[in-house]
Amino acid sequence: MMRSVVEYLDITAKKYPTKVCYRDEKTALTFEDVYNQSRLAGSFLLGEGLCREAVAVYMSKTPSELAAFIAVLQAGCFYVPIDDEMPSKRIELIFDNLKPRAVICDEETRENASKFAGSAKVYSWDEIKNSAINEEALTQVQKTRIDTDLAYIMYTSGSTGIPKGVAVCHRSLIDYIESFCDVMKFDEETIFGSQTPFYFDASLKDIYPTLKCGCETVIVPHSLFMFPIKLTEFLNEYKINTLCWVVSALTMISAFGVLDENPPKYLKIVGFGGEVFPIKQYKRWKKALPDVRYINLYGPTETTGVSMYYEVDRDFEKDEAIPLGKAFENVDIFLLDEDNKLSTEGEICMRGTAVTMGYYNDFGRTSEAFVQNPLNDKYPEIIYRTGDLARINERGEMVFVSRKDFQIKHMGHRVELGEIEADVNSIEGVSASCAVYLKKKDRIELYYEGGPEEGDLTNMLKERLPRYMVPTKVNKMDKLPLTPNGKLDRKGLTALSEK
Amino acid sequence: MEDLIEILKDLHADVDYDTCETLIDDKILDSFDIVSIVSEVDDKFDVAIPAKELIPENFNSAKALWALIERLMED
Repeated sequence: MMRSVVEYLDITAKKYPTKVCYRDEKTALTFEDVYNQSRLAGSFLLGEGLCREAVAVYMSKTPSELAAFIAVLQAGCFYVPIDDEMPSKRIELIFDNLKPRAVICDEETRENASKFAGSAKVYSWDEIKNSAINEEALTQVQKTRIDTDLAYIMYTSGSTGIPKGVAVCHRSLIDYIESFCDVMKFDEETIFGSQTPFYFDASLKDIYPTLKCGCETVIVPHSLFMFPIKLTEFLNEYKINTLCWVVSALTMISAFGVLDENPPKYLKIVGFGGEVFPIKQYKRWKKALPDVRYINLYGPTETTGVSMYYEVDRDFEKDEAIPLGKAFENVDIFLLDEDNKLSTEGEICMRGTAVTMGYYNDFGRTSEAFVQNPLNDKYPEIIYRTGDLARINERGEMVFVSRKDFQIKHMGHRVELGEIEADVNSIEGVSASCAVYLKKKDRIELYYEGGPEEGDLTNMLKERLPRYMVPTKVNKMDKLPLTPNGKLDRKGLTALSEK
Repeated sequence: MEDLIEILKDLHADVDYDTCETLIDDKILDSFDIVSIVSEVDDKFDVAIPAKELIPENFNSAKALWALIERLMED
């Protein structure tokens, strides 16, 4: 019985030792490289006395970082990706919540990693990947581990301003990768172009199928997403045939007409997720590359990754939405109405192995979203309530309706408007704030009273919030408008921004 | 040009757009900014920046970007 995702690598490294596994512009690691490096570094971590605990991996987005993730798993620990792109305030909050004893860094991140590490030891990847092997200790880990031991923690946005660390065990991850590979039909010919940062669960779609199916993952340089022609040149240069990207990255290519000017030549599969794909953009893709399989992928971090999919099999009108589709095997997805009754329209709820262990070091917020199945009063059964509203259409497919709360989807990321406000309100002098989301323009604007001038506030927010949460425009007001009930007039301010 | 500077100031208030010529090279502008700029320029000047003009050279300074907009307005 399979108990850890490391076993994928054990098999594939024997089957394709010299085939490239992970690469970027500078470095290529074969399956054998990843296998050897991860076992050497894993031996080192075991020698440091680490055991079933968090290891923060604070490295640049490189093939080595992926090998470091696997090294942490080899040692029976779980990894937590930290990235220089995260704002310093967020990194601090994550370290506060996580309190790791070990951090792995590279040459580029060493200085910052040491700054945030506190009492944790900081190890350089280049050093630990050349340690001595300890076969005995590695075998002991494999023998004694169980599949409900954690594999990783991914931090997501939380409405109070404190990020939530979603803790995921090997069993959920294996379950996800098995179903995902079945649906997508990856094989050893598959070459992924990796778009999403490794600190988002969307990156799992490339990393683990590569280990299971012997694919290749090419890390696409972040800067190319500004310059779509260069981006497709890159895809062609590395013969990338599979993209699992957030919608905004795909839109970047189609909206500028690059599909006609310099289309990606090798594409076979395009998986998209993170937000609703605008039909206009989807149609451009379909028209330019009609033989590609287009697959909508949906699922929150809290249920491991993707839990629902829809392979586009028909035309859509401009005002229609591409469905979320149906559940992966071994996941039960159902809609609950406001009275917690099964319904054809309501909140998306999930049950099964995909449901993760909860939020790390946060029992309070875990119990709010991971709850007893209200349809079952006979034995303990935890379901995850996504907060997404959906309905079932006449074809039996699930279709996304909206978010239940103030959480929105912006540039493919989950954003709690409340988190932005909580942060702004904590700035000296600010007495109130209201973040509004302009759906049509996919833009966040902020209104606030008191405190710093507009330009200064924007700069402060860039230090404190992830890039995608920083409002495109901030507006200082003498007094924020209120509704007759004395609440902030969100609708009024949204309308003001939409003008 | 002033309207353009205003758009840019909205994104990064502390940058001296009159002199800075390394907006891309020094990672001052990122992909979110480029998307915003393209859409704001379209709104304000009614100029759609085509893909082949989306290259680092056209975005490295306000001057270069303004030259691009003027060129596109003439077409």
